[in-house]
Amino acid sequence: MIAPTRRQRLGWGVANVLVILWALFPVWWIVALSFKAPAEIGTDGGALWPRAWTLRNYAGIFETTEFTRALLNSIGIAAISTAIAVVLATMAAYAVARLRFPGKRLLIGLSLLIAMFPQISLVSPLFDIERHLGIFDTWVGLIVPYMTFSLPLGIYILSAFFREIPWELERAARMDGATPFQAFRRVIVPLAAPGIFTTAILVFIFCWNDFLFAISLTSTTRARTVPAAIAFFTGSSQFEQPIGSIAAAAVVITVPVVLFVLLFQRRIVSGLTSGAVKG
Amino acid sequence: MSDRSERNLGWALCAPAAIVMLAVTAYPIAHAVHLSLRRSDLRFPNAARFIGLDNYATVLASPYWWHALWVTVLITAVSVAVELVLGMALALVMHRTIRGRGMVRTAVLVPYAIVTVVAAFGWAYAWTPGIGYLAALLPAGGAPLTDTWPALAVITLAEVWKTTPFMALLLLAGLALVPPGLLNAARMDGASAWERFRRVTLPLMKPAILVALLFRTLDAFRVFDSIYVLTQGSHGTGSVSILGYDNLFTALNLGVGSAISVLIVLCVAVISLVFIKLFGTAAPGSAGGEGGR
Repeated sequence: MIAPTRRQRLGWGVANVLVILWALFPVWWIVALSFKAPAEIGTDGGALWPRAWTLRNYAGIFETTEFTRALLNSIGIAAISTAIAVVLATMAAYAVARLRFPGKRLLIGLSLLIAMFPQISLVSPLFDIERHLGIFDTWVGLIVPYMTFSLPLGIYILSAFFREIPWELERAARMDGATPFQAFRRVIVPLAAPGIFTTAILVFIFCWNDFLFAISLTSTTRARTVPAAIAFFTGSSQFEQPIGSIAAAAVVITVPVVLFVLLFQRRIVSGLTSGAVKG
Repeated sequence: MSDRSERNLGWALCAPAAIVMLAVTAYPIAHAVHLSLRRSDLRFPNAARFIGLDNYATVLASPYWWHALWVTVLITAVSVAVELVLGMALALVMHRTIRGRGMVRTAVLVPYAIVTVVAAFGWAYAWTPGIGYLAALLPAGGAPLTDTWPALAVITLAEVWKTTPFMALLLLAGLALVPPGLLNAARMDGASAWERFRRVTLPLMKPAILVALLFRTLDAFRVFDSIYVLTQGSHGTGSVSILGYDNLFTALNLGVGSAISVLIVLCVAVISLVFIKLFGTAAPGSAGGEGGR
């Protein structure tokens, strides 16, 4: 490649700064909003920096169980859904990547189809089914519909990851005298673990993000997750909008997502894109 | 391993996932079809009975359905088109960046990974007069979320901000497949930057672009969260997903709600078929796209 001129380098540098600002500025503003005192919100014309930093909004949401219970629901439901989806997807993806059997393409096609399914179409029937089964407004009642996107996503990402694994190494280890279990434990697990881990993070983020199922299939704080709970937040008086509380709750549920992205950026990118490019 | 035992093992390993996926989608959809053929009003549970296609007739004769469909198509078309252009620009920037590459990708992943509802509240407040920085930029008295066109623009903007990164990452992966040697050869032959992009990069990226467009179009078509938070579908900004939700939880009509569900599935099926036609052999999962495995 021809070395870029100084002007070109400057141009791309400016583009980078613009991209970062565009991506992070709206997020920063919510953070700033969450640290503003109630009196400041609505009178400061949307200042980008709180006049006086206060933790009152955060203290407020952790005082009642409305938010803490929702946080617990969010974590529990997303974690269980992720665990189930990743285990089932790992089995299926291993078979797709390594074994020859008819119907494998059908499975990938089916998961793509299901992943793209309009969720609203599942809401009306699930609302009816879950009330009859008595799982409406429970953790199970959300874990079940979460399978509709977490499982296909898991299969899709994992089968792309598993295709890249040099499986011959297992046979080589066996030739060197390793037992089947040793070969699996020492060779295959370390090779497969990063892909499984990345898949788990992505699936968790998707479950964490869900809103439609969470508002449709819950009716109390029993199973309501944070995104749904935020939408039902009420101010301490009917004339006061709960803007500060919503902003604080929003920041709290954004923290884990940002941490994942900061720590595992490279893996998340490859997980999101590998399947799409290599089919 | 013999062919037969390999086949059986493959099926055995895939069976749990396949069964769960079918149980959580095929069964509810079958139930939706069943409900959509019945009068099933939650306010009158005892009046439930088979009424054929009446619910579909009700929906298709309703101006609300057609308006919601129009809004959905509009948001989908505009946001996906804008995302394609912006995403391509973003992908080119990320592709060319060497120093600070990780930082740019990390920053770009944040909008994608952030909870949609959180982002939507951010935009809702940003555009609320007196509270937000964006409303402060508007002429006094402007409240974009209370008027159809401005509200639709705000919703589309929220969607674009949130999902352009995904588009950009898919396109970036496509860009990485363009051999640099080919671009250099074109440069030697005197092709301008635009010509190189237009004649070399774009044709080679066609499969990546189509995959990105398919994913995003189907995803945009189910837009719900942003609209729910920004306008609750008022001022004529409701999508088909919002309409289905309202029919179930405000009008409490399970039959009509299910008919809407089935119609949305049909719309998605049509979109997918159009894309599969466009793909030809480049479809994901087809022989060409999978490297013959």
